[in-house]
Formats: sequence, structure tokens, C-alpha cells
Amino acid sequence: MARRGSRASSGASPHGPNPNGSAADESAGGSTDGSTAGSTAAVDRAAARAGIAVGLATAAYGISFGALAVAAGLDIWQTCVLSLLMFTGGSQFALVGALAAGGLAAGPSGIISAALLGARNSLYAVQVKPIIGGGFWRKVLAAHVTIDETTAVATAQPTLRAKRIGFWVTAAAVYIGWNLLTLVGAIIGDALGDVRQYGLDAAAAAAFLGLLWPRLRARQPIVVAVGAVVVAASLTPWLPPGLPVLCAAGVALIVGLANWPGPGASRDPVASEPREAEA
Amino acid sequence: MTGWQIVLLAAIACLALKLLGYLIPAKVLERPIIARTAGLVTVALLAALVSVQTLASGTTIVLDARVPALGVAAVLFALRVPFVLVVIAAAATAALVRLLFGG
Repeated sequence: MARRGSRASSGASPHGPNPNGSAADESAGGSTDGSTAGSTAAVDRAAARAGIAVGLATAAYGISFGALAVAAGLDIWQTCVLSLLMFTGGSQFALVGALAAGGLAAGPSGIISAALLGARNSLYAVQVKPIIGGGFWRKVLAAHVTIDETTAVATAQPTLRAKRIGFWVTAAAVYIGWNLLTLVGAIIGDALGDVRQYGLDAAAAAAFLGLLWPRLRARQPIVVAVGAVVVAASLTPWLPPGLPVLCAAGVALIVGLANWPGPGASRDPVASEPREAEA
Repeated sequence: MTGWQIVLLAAIACLALKLLGYLIPAKVLERPIIARTAGLVTVALLAALVSVQTLASGTTIVLDARVPALGVAAVLFALRVPFVLVVIAAAATAALVRLLFGG
């Protein structure tokens, strides 16, 4: 669930890698910039293709989640329920990572890490809600699949119609792929035993790095990232597993609320949030 | 807590946060202090998770095959290699290092 939607979707959108907030603002008017040479149908097909590509990439990565979750001590059913119900990859990996390191005792801090990491999905709703439209139940369904991938693909499309298609195709492709391959990964993990031998622990670290990478474009997030790395590593010997990660989140609260190192550091604070859709 | 309680509580919390985004007026979520802080919390958690996933083994800091694997991942991300390929390359690096040097 952690991937760069912008990569796949930029192939579909001639706007380049910029699925930012501005894309949502321009709404249906975005098609007048001359970059959509083809017909409406071509734009729609491109949106659907981007969604399917993202779904396939995400699914491949679901295997490692399934295997790691089982290695962390969850059973196959618990692993599948996480993917079906939580359905936000970063949080799922965070929870499973805490359980792998600290067992059930790390549950509470794992839950809080997962929730804090999942809070970004709330902010995606700002961009996605105007695209979705419709009544209460459609919004509930949309909320469940409002994640990095769907937001990135949807906002990268040039027209409102294509945004809508991009959102729902990505949602379906990622939901089906992620859950199927979670099950496959859990079964494989159950059979394999020690997943470290296959480097799956390093895969999780690389996945978190991949989610982090596109967010490090201004001074403020870089300062926070470095601070969080240092805090988490230096507290590891002193606190039970799971807590060092939570303490590191405190760095963000301090920097964010105080807006240190100064308002000029992050070029445009509001736009920095939609930029996360790229991850 | 049992495994099921942890799984369900965490899942419900994440689901509730997604729904909350649709219930809270966009104006509130777009306030600079909220948008900025929420974005930075995401950055801090991800950075801390990279750190712990790479260096921690329970409550000790260990330098093992995960370190070169993360180095390979960083280089590949910088070269804009697609996500899934980087994750696979990182796993392969760690597996290879362990195969060659043990541990």
C-alpha cells in the first residue's frame, strides 16, 4: 500500500509528477490546458490503466505484509482482517512491526502508532470528497478506500470524470490485490518460518523509507525526520518496543505546533500535505 | 490484550480516522497548523519506523544485514526506481548478505 502513485499515474497524466492539491482545485476545468490531445474516452482509459497498474504494484507488496504479520505472531485470519478492515499499509506494517519486536505487550503502542500514521488519510478526504460526490453510503465506502494510492491516482487525472474513474478503479484494484496477496503472503509466511532469511525484515524498512522519501522536500520535514531517527534509535535500549516510535512522533508535534524552524522553512505549509499523495 | 483485541482496535481506529476526514469540514483540516502538524507526524513516524526496523532487535541496537539493504534502497529511491522493485532489491540484499556472512 505504500507506493508512489505519482509514478504510475504520471504515465497517464501528461501533467508530470504533480498530483498535488492544485489538481483537486482545478476539478473539471483541468482539461483545458491543451495537454489532453485525445478524446474523453482516452483520458478515462488512461485513468483506469493507472489504477490497475497501481493495484498490481501494491498487490505484489501485500505478500511481504502477509508474511511479516504471521512472523510477528498473528494468525492467518488476524492478518487478513487487518488488510480487509484497516486497509492502510503503513499503519498495518507499523502495528505488525511493534508486535514483532515486543509481542502482545507492545499492542497498545502499536495501536497508537498505527492510528497516528493513519491520520493522514483523514486529510486526503479534503481532496477526495469533492471528487466522489454522491450520498452518505457512497462516502462511507469511499472513506474506507481513501488511502495514498487512490488519492494520488485520482488527483493526478485531468478531468473530474477521469479523477472519479481513477479513484474507484484504483480502489477496486488495490483492495482486491492487497487482500488476496496478504492471504498468499500469510500462507507462505506460515510455511516458511524464519522470514529474516529471505530479507523480509529489510523489505519493511525499505518500504517505510519509500513512503518517507517523497515527503522530504522542505527543510522542516527533513529536520523532523532526522530528529525522529535519532530519538527512536537512542530510546530503543531504554523503552519497551513500540514506545520509541511514539516518542519520535513528539518531535513532529513540537516542530509542527511551534512551526520551527520558522514559517519560511516550509515553502507552503498547506500544499505540503497534498504532496503526500505521491507516496 | 489478546491478538484479536489488538487487531480489531487498531483497525477500527484507522477506519474511524478515514471517516472523520469526511465528517470534519475541509476548512478545519486545511488550517495550516493542522495540515502542517499532521504532515510532520507522518514524517516523524515513518522516519522512526525506518530507524527501528533497520537498527533495533528487540531493545538492542544491532548493525546487521538490514543496514546495507537500506543503503541499497536509498540509492535506488534516489534513482527513482519503482517502489516494488526497491523493496524486492532490499530484501534480496539482506538475504544475500545473510547467506554470505551468516546471521
